[in-house]
Amino acid sequence: METEARRRSVRWGLISRYALLTVCAVIVLFPIYSAVMVASKPLRALGDLGVLVPDGFDSDGFTDGFRSARLGRFLVNSVIVATAITAAQVMTSVMAGYALALLRFPGRRVVLWVFLATLMVPVEVTIVANFETIQRLGWIDSYQALVVPFAAFAVGTFLLRQAFLGIPGDLRDAARMDGHGHLSFLWRVAVPMARPSIAALSVFSFLLAWNQYLWPLLVTNDDDFRTVQIGLKALSSDAGSQLNVVMGATVMASLPIFLLLVVFERQLVRGLTAGSIKG
Amino acid sequence: MTRRPWSRRREGLLATALLTPSVVVFGVFVFYPLVRTVYLGFFLQDPFGISRRWVGFDQYVDVISDDTFLNSLRVTGLFTVFTVPTSIVAGLALAVLAHQPLKGMRFFRTVFASTVATSVAVASLLWLVLLQPSAGIVNTFLDSIGRDRVDLLGDPDTALFAVAATTVWQNLGVAFVVCIAGLQSIPDELHEAAEVDGHGPISRFTRITVPLLGPQLMFLTVVLTISAIQSFGQIDLLTEGGPQEATNVLVYELFKTLPTDPGAASAQAVVLFAIMAVLSGLQFGWLDRRVHYGD
Repeated sequence: METEARRRSVRWGLISRYALLTVCAVIVLFPIYSAVMVASKPLRALGDLGVLVPDGFDSDGFTDGFRSARLGRFLVNSVIVATAITAAQVMTSVMAGYALALLRFPGRRVVLWVFLATLMVPVEVTIVANFETIQRLGWIDSYQALVVPFAAFAVGTFLLRQAFLGIPGDLRDAARMDGHGHLSFLWRVAVPMARPSIAALSVFSFLLAWNQYLWPLLVTNDDDFRTVQIGLKALSSDAGSQLNVVMGATVMASLPIFLLLVVFERQLVRGLTAGSIKG
Repeated sequence: MTRRPWSRRREGLLATALLTPSVVVFGVFVFYPLVRTVYLGFFLQDPFGISRRWVGFDQYVDVISDDTFLNSLRVTGLFTVFTVPTSIVAGLALAVLAHQPLKGMRFFRTVFASTVATSVAVASLLWLVLLQPSAGIVNTFLDSIGRDRVDLLGDPDTALFAVAATTVWQNLGVAFVVCIAGLQSIPDELHEAAEVDGHGPISRFTRITVPLLGPQLMFLTVVLTISAIQSFGQIDLLTEGGPQEATNVLVYELFKTLPTDPGAASAQAVVLFAIMAVLSGLQFGWLDRRVHYGD
């Protein structure tokens, strides 16, 4: 008798937990779901709640974005810029991280503080002068303007410094005994051992670079160099009334990053939580 | 047995070579512009930067006493208050919900983390599907139940709330991922011991979960506050600072001032930097003393 009652209460407990989880999931996914539904409907179907019901597929929302706003070109630009920034940041962070972890030289503490100080200066504070610099260099509307200012990354340097500090001293001694110099130790031992940190940094860098908005908006006027984030802005102001086209473009613009997230979920979580957990 | 020592002098040279690329980039694009911005703030400039006139602190005083700028400070403050606590509470609630040993939890965790990589442009435009006045879902729904339409982004009373809602949704993923990682690092024995001691779920939450999540909650507070003060994309895409400057946040004001008046924009940037510096100092100082780092 008593066990029957208990079993029932356990079952109700489970049902209510799942119900709560489902309600939350529906709320979180609702904008994404609505956007996909609106994007796959013809323009005349909008303005009716029926638009939220999955029913057929009209490709206008997806193809018009490509036609009117050169979405393809914007996506290619974003891939080029984000890949270049990631490669540059990984290289400079590996180099600087190694120097700050394993080399003894005068002024090491000062350099550490200099790197730390860069984290206190947001991009928004420097845009006035940086915009002037880019104009003087004649880099407005160029890939350099989008990449070079972000070629170094203090967070990445600290992440790799931590990784290199974690390499056991015996390995260094062994390498030294075998007559390896620093560079060959860095290349053959340190970098392979820091692979998880390098992977986390790559995903994180790529994501930040891909999602940039203010700086690309300032230094590009020409569609040939616009990244997808800025392209979306142009598209939404042109096709503002065609909600299916705006949503089609938005959904397509988020797909590459969505795929990245699915493939590199572990690295991304590592990168995100590295800052929140005192190592 | 002779060791070839890694000599001191060569280490110094190698360190210089390894550090130079980063130091050059930081020098040209972080430190020089910072100094240059303070310097430009002392000059009145015409839009093309051709003529410059030294005006000392006058421009800073003008900027700080300018009504539009003061309003942008107020709007930025409100926006931060609307978005940061809401994002953290929602992210923590979802994390507690998803931190149960139930079947199918992987699916729910993926859903709750799904906005983690969303760019500001994508998040803002996705929300247009709800907020857009003519064909948006909100008005479509109001039509279907026979109510008057609303223009949430076009009404000065609601525009900032609407933009804040998109931002909270965008922040959910980060807040959830950081909180769930923190929850997973709390040993189960602690909860079991508290249960044995007769603490109910609510008391366990306030006495164990929240204090032990200190580092994560502090991290989120700092990161989300900084990003709220820097918010720009969602304003640019959804409201362009309007209606009637109700959503004209600090960085948007800076962006509007830059092409026509670089001197004033520089002074505004310096004020922004000062605000950020004071806030980071306060946050670290205040929170660091209260946070319990479990070891």
